Amino acid sequence: MTNKQNFVQGMKNGIPICLGYFAVSFAFGIQAADINLSPFQAGLLSLLNVTSAGQFAGLAVIASAGSYIEMACLQAIVNLRYLLMSAALSQKLTVETSTIHRLGIAYGVTDEIFGISVMRKGTLSPFFSYGATLVSVFGWVSGTVLGASAGAILPQRLISALGIALYGMFIAIIIPPAREQRSVMITVIAGMVAATIFTYAPILRALTGGMRIIIVTVLVAGAAAYIWPVEN
Amino acid sequence: MNHSVYLYILVMAAVTYAIRALPLTLIRKEIKSKFIRSFLYYVPYATLAAMTFPAIITSTDYVPSACIGFAAALILAFRRQSLIVVACGASAAVLIVELIMGFL
Repeated sequence: MTNKQNFVQGMKNGIPICLGYFAVSFAFGIQAADINLSPFQAGLLSLLNVTSAGQFAGLAVIASAGSYIEMACLQAIVNLRYLLMSAALSQKLTVETSTIHRLGIAYGVTDEIFGISVMRKGTLSPFFSYGATLVSVFGWVSGTVLGASAGAILPQRLISALGIALYGMFIAIIIPPAREQRSVMITVIAGMVAATIFTYAPILRALTGGMRIIIVTVLVAGAAAYIWPVEN
Repeated sequence: MNHSVYLYILVMAAVTYAIRALPLTLIRKEIKSKFIRSFLYYVPYATLAAMTFPAIITSTDYVPSACIGFAAALILAFRRQSLIVVACGASAAVLIVELIMGFL
């Protein structure tokens, strides 16, 4: 595939992410406006961060006038899962992939773009990432700005329905391979069960959402790797 | 102390980008360890599964509509529908359920 074909393919695969992002970032924009961020500030925040959980958590720090150190630590914890995703993606690139391309791909390491990138057959073309990132970030930023400037224009029923779109996409990414491979199916089920336990069990539920995802991922993926090692 | 919104945004962006960029730029070779390779192979499934459930249950205004949306997404994904069909199908299911709930 040429670079252009990869780019176009990435843009196509980015469309559902764009729609899902629009819904989530619209809600983010409304919250940002609530704590007196201007639509420009909210849009800039979304453009530079592109991370749902991290941004919502960041708003809380801004609203309470927390310290910059507190902000840095919180972002590191909430977004630490990107470290694992970035490491997994590094194995999808050819050894020749330049530092510039690596830095470019890094900007778009979100849960969703990572999901579609890591599932590409064979190696990952940076241009696929760029296409997917461009379309997705467009949805993320425009949703934020619209939410911050005119949060009341979308009917609540529609916002509620769009709230599930991102999760629908996650399911579309993980279920087809789970059908093919028993070890993947058990990993998926174990991930959901473990996340449920960590969400509701006493003591464990005190963990932040980001830490919960990291611990469950390390436990479940580690156990799966031990039980069902992958032959190249 | 007076905090600048722009400085907050910059701190957030710098930390988040560093986390995303470090492994991609530092791990340049194929990892040889079979265990780590296998671990990274399972990471996306474990992560995406953990992020989906139970969070999906509270992703809409009502738990019942979210459950129907979850079921719709599972059925569509099992039938190997594309990302957009599964995402829109789940949203449509939620919308229909909430509209019906509104009439009851």
